[in-house]
Amino acid sequence: MARLSVERLTKRFGAAVAVDGLELAVREGELVALLGPSGCGKTTTLRMVAGFLPPTSGRVLFDDEDVTRLPAYRRSTGMVFQSYALFPHMTAAQNVGFGLEMRGLGAAERAAKVADVLKLVRLSHLADRLPRELSGGQQQRVALARALVINPKLFLLDEPLSNLDAKLRAEVRIEIRTLQQRLGLTTLLVTHDREEALTMADRLVVMESGRVRQIGTPKELYDEPADAFVADFVGRCNILPGRRESETHFRTEGGLLLPVAPAADEHKDATAFALRPERITIGFGADGEISGAVRAVTYLGPQTEVHVRVGDASFVVIRPTPGDDDRLASIKPDDIVSLVWDRRAPRLLPQIS
Amino acid sequence: MRALVALAYLIIFAPVLMVAVTSFFAQEIISFPPPALTLHWYANAWDKPEFLRGLVTSFQIALIAAAIGVPIGTAAALAIVRGEFKGRGALSTFLLAPLAVPGVVAGSGLYMLYVLAEDFFDRDIKATVQGLVAAHILLAIPWTVRLVVASLQGLDRAAEEAAANLGASPFTVFRRITLPMMRSGIVAATMFSFIQSFENLDLSLLLVGPGRTTLPVAMLNYLQFRIDPTLSAVATVQILLVGVLMATTDRFVKLSRVV
Repeated sequence: MARLSVERLTKRFGAAVAVDGLELAVREGELVALLGPSGCGKTTTLRMVAGFLPPTSGRVLFDDEDVTRLPAYRRSTGMVFQSYALFPHMTAAQNVGFGLEMRGLGAAERAAKVADVLKLVRLSHLADRLPRELSGGQQQRVALARALVINPKLFLLDEPLSNLDAKLRAEVRIEIRTLQQRLGLTTLLVTHDREEALTMADRLVVMESGRVRQIGTPKELYDEPADAFVADFVGRCNILPGRRESETHFRTEGGLLLPVAPAADEHKDATAFALRPERITIGFGADGEISGAVRAVTYLGPQTEVHVRVGDASFVVIRPTPGDDDRLASIKPDDIVSLVWDRRAPRLLPQIS
Repeated sequence: MRALVALAYLIIFAPVLMVAVTSFFAQEIISFPPPALTLHWYANAWDKPEFLRGLVTSFQIALIAAAIGVPIGTAAALAIVRGEFKGRGALSTFLLAPLAVPGVVAGSGLYMLYVLAEDFFDRDIKATVQGLVAAHILLAIPWTVRLVVASLQGLDRAAEEAAANLGASPFTVFRRITLPMMRSGIVAATMFSFIQSFENLDLSLLLVGPGRTTLPVAMLNYLQFRIDPTLSAVATVQILLVGVLMATTDRFVKLSRVV
């Protein structure tokens, strides 16, 4: 396994800039996820790393070797495609063996390795099936096996779970993560699904408009987002535009005064108040500093979501679903409640850092 | 719904069936009901050397025309779908154009072109096998372009990238992945090109030479002097051959999936 370094990588399509001066380092054995909305340049970046797309400028390095000019077939990366991209005219075993064949391995050695890796992904019994005779989940495991068997320098995953149903997705997520850690695979994962990125990755790279917004561990991004875009993209967040009014308060554009901690190391252009919905508690009556009317209560199983209108702003509050004897259990629309939070919980962020 | 489908099939197959049935009628001028059934017309067709010779010629021409036209059409289809040059749309239209030109018109045009070319090169073209094959290649190319373009457009390019990712050079990708994935389109194109050529009358009419007549032209020639069920017998054999060809092709490639 190799380290991956990406230096000032840029891709232009005509006048449009798809990737703009991207810097990225993936350590050996680390799983880094590129996360962002569609069109943010994450897939373009992956395709440049794989060698399918020549960068306009910048460099891609595996360990210390510059591979920027190397064609895809000489880079030794193992990629799992969103559509799996299995060869429709070859059996599962032939698909998996293709990369070994290209490396000039003899039939016997090939068969042994293919059998091993198919066992690893629990598909030994389906080795002779054609892709169209396999379910989506099985096809996905063939694609995984095919990428792993060649012992790649780098493991590339392009939205690998997006074609699976929700239940299977959660399973495969853990399966891929376990495999990746066990084999110590240096991995670059592209996804637009924040839950997928947060649960699988060692570090996340949040991208938007071809640029990196923030790089960090899932916890860092969730608790200390660099700007309002990241705060919103990595999880639910109450974001209200406005300005710091005093040491203790933030004034929203709608004129609300919200309690915050004294100015610390926040960005000087902070124009947004950001507060995670689970950091707010609900009190009854209008006796709190912030109060408003309940608009909706949504039961989500383990959690309950409460929407509260305060002035012209709307807050989302997420609480563990209360027990039947809890007063909160009887809350209903039009009830007047107050919202309370620790002053240190909100973050004042720039819209874009 | 079922009844409608059955009716549609009946309308499509009635003429074919009539040809086959009348080939067994005993009398010369066809009338219902037939006085007796006979295999006489098949024997009669067998006795006429022009039919057997025509069949062999048609077979040869169709085979050669498909063998040359399909690779050309396939290459053109690849260029149209995969190439990055201006005028791809125009090229596609141009190559499909022979489908829109009536065969007699195209045949007359070719005839005149051949006459001019004969003057220029000072050698025979218009009544030769080569001249006829060249004309029939014009039947093969549009069918091939159409079918292969369709199969290329439905092809998952990620599979090719996956092969490159696994270490296959561009040539290996084409040979091991692209070509096999195009297979059904190419097989169907070959069959259609063959049948188009094998059954063609109008385009060939002016271009055949003495002793090198194709079967459809031989049948027309016979019709000029006689009308009897011999032609039904010949046509039945022709239909059977095409049917067998389609059935065989269908075993390798599901035709309903490509056409």
